[in-house]
Amino acid sequence: MAITALGSTEVIRPSVRQRKLEDERWLALVLLTPTAILLGLFIAYPFFEGVMLSLSSARVGDPGKFVWFKNFVKLWNDNIFWTAVWNTFWYTGVTTVFKLGLGLWLAMLLNRHFRGKAIVRAFILLPFIIPTVLSTFAWKWMFDPTFSVINWSLFRLGLISARINWLGDADLAMASIMVVNIWRGVPFFAISLLAGLQTISPELNEAAAIDGARPWNRFWYVTWPLLLPVTMVVMLFSVIQTFADFQLVYVMTGGGPANATHLFATYAYQIGIVSGLLSEGAAVSLAMFPFLFIIVVVQLLYIRRVEVR
Amino acid sequence: MIEGALWRRWTFSYLPLILFVIVLLFPFYWMIITTFRPDGELYRPWNAANNMPFWTNKPTLEHITYLFEETNFARWMFNTMFIAAVSTLISLFCGVLAGYALARLNFPWAGSLGTLIFVTYLVPQTLLFIPLAEIIRDFRLGDTPWSLILTYPTFLIPFCTWLMMGYFKAIPKELEECARIDGASRWKAMVYIIIPVAVPGILSAGIIAFTLSWNEFIYALVFLSSPDQKTVAVGVTSELIRGDVFFWGSLMAGALLGSIPVAVVYSFFVEHYVSGLTGSVKG
Repeated sequence: MAITALGSTEVIRPSVRQRKLEDERWLALVLLTPTAILLGLFIAYPFFEGVMLSLSSARVGDPGKFVWFKNFVKLWNDNIFWTAVWNTFWYTGVTTVFKLGLGLWLAMLLNRHFRGKAIVRAFILLPFIIPTVLSTFAWKWMFDPTFSVINWSLFRLGLISARINWLGDADLAMASIMVVNIWRGVPFFAISLLAGLQTISPELNEAAAIDGARPWNRFWYVTWPLLLPVTMVVMLFSVIQTFADFQLVYVMTGGGPANATHLFATYAYQIGIVSGLLSEGAAVSLAMFPFLFIIVVVQLLYIRRVEVR
Repeated sequence: MIEGALWRRWTFSYLPLILFVIVLLFPFYWMIITTFRPDGELYRPWNAANNMPFWTNKPTLEHITYLFEETNFARWMFNTMFIAAVSTLISLFCGVLAGYALARLNFPWAGSLGTLIFVTYLVPQTLLFIPLAEIIRDFRLGDTPWSLILTYPTFLIPFCTWLMMGYFKAIPKELEECARIDGASRWKAMVYIIIPVAVPGILSAGIIAFTLSWNEFIYALVFLSSPDQKTVAVGVTSELIRGDVFFWGSLMAGALLGSIPVAVVYSFFVEHYVSGLTGSVKG
């Protein structure tokens, strides 16, 4: 008897588990658990912790106490913070326009048949693949005040007679950083938009051509509207990444000269990690959140509208 | 083939394309040439008379040997590789399971959970790095590879899930139903029928996740402190710049060698990479 009872439990036990896994709700729960644990521990919890930190007076080695919005009030009166805010918007806006324009142009150039197209496409993505910090060092070396190859070329072409101190001047430094960001972003735009272009049936363009539409009109009334959904998603990713950028500015200028090129993230790093004022650094980071939130909501609503149409 | 007269083809297609390629690839050429240049040639003022910046007649390996003999470069490479590989595997495991659940199972809130994953996908690392550094310290993970292996999945899992959802949605329901009529359980149908069909998607997600974790910088910069725990990007930044002095030759050598693993992986799987990238954009 004992033997049969033991045998029967062995048969029943896995079948209970299996029956539960047959239920879609249980299976979904099991499949989603590892993701939920990791994202909960390292995204939801830090977010909550970040809010608490930004409302405290914590520093490295001192847990501090609850001070309500003191850190944010301090930021409101901080000129460097406002420079960083302005820089972030200016940086995101300018680079996005250029990345979209140049990326679209490159995508159109690649959307034809020519020999070696696969190789060209593979090489073009390299700036996007290679770790940003490492390729940015190559740019920093190219912009070096004394040994700049760009200065050398401009000098040999007879365009300049005195050296240009690319990273030493506030506006030039910002422009140099933008160039690097555009350089890195154009391939992503181009390859994604190329994929979008390839889904558009060439017959549509041919039909428009037969009806007498000129190239520009064919682009504006046929290609562009069909490309819009992909463009919006690409823009969403790019805008968020650029808005929250850190690596590029950290390597190129470290926020200098004289704090003129800080973005949200580099300023948060400067205050929170370098100076050790954790609570104020967390406040700078979190100040990014409302803007990111608005960008995401607006773009998602717009994408939905475009897709419904 | 591109049509039209020869000069038209050149001015409107080939010339701009050639310019794009030159500008996009020049920094890499510059990295390579700097790596093999002796210091005497590197530090010549920009307007010196006999300056010949684009080529060298005296190639040298001194910068590369410096990297391996005077710094922990080999160790940094190993760290980066290990962290990228393990966090990619963890993220693939979680992402494939979650993607399957969200794309193919009916349960309450499936739609809102999918949106939630997409929103997490958009959370930049720079938003949370300060509180996360505190949490890493509380968990006693600071200055270990696990601080990165466990936090990289926060941006890799949403990406993998999102990409896999697209792949799983494209697989017809009938495939699973056939297996279930033949007596396979839901679990077995998933493991033996659906996941093998999605292998190209898993490969794409894995390659992109690997390059993303190789590229990550701010977490590695903040969470790691001792020289032999660092990743390539952080090690190069902190050990080859001393105060105001940049060791440009070794810096470029480090950048070049640190890029090679990613470039090799990419070159083997270009098509998977591109399809993953464009698939993630189509959503």
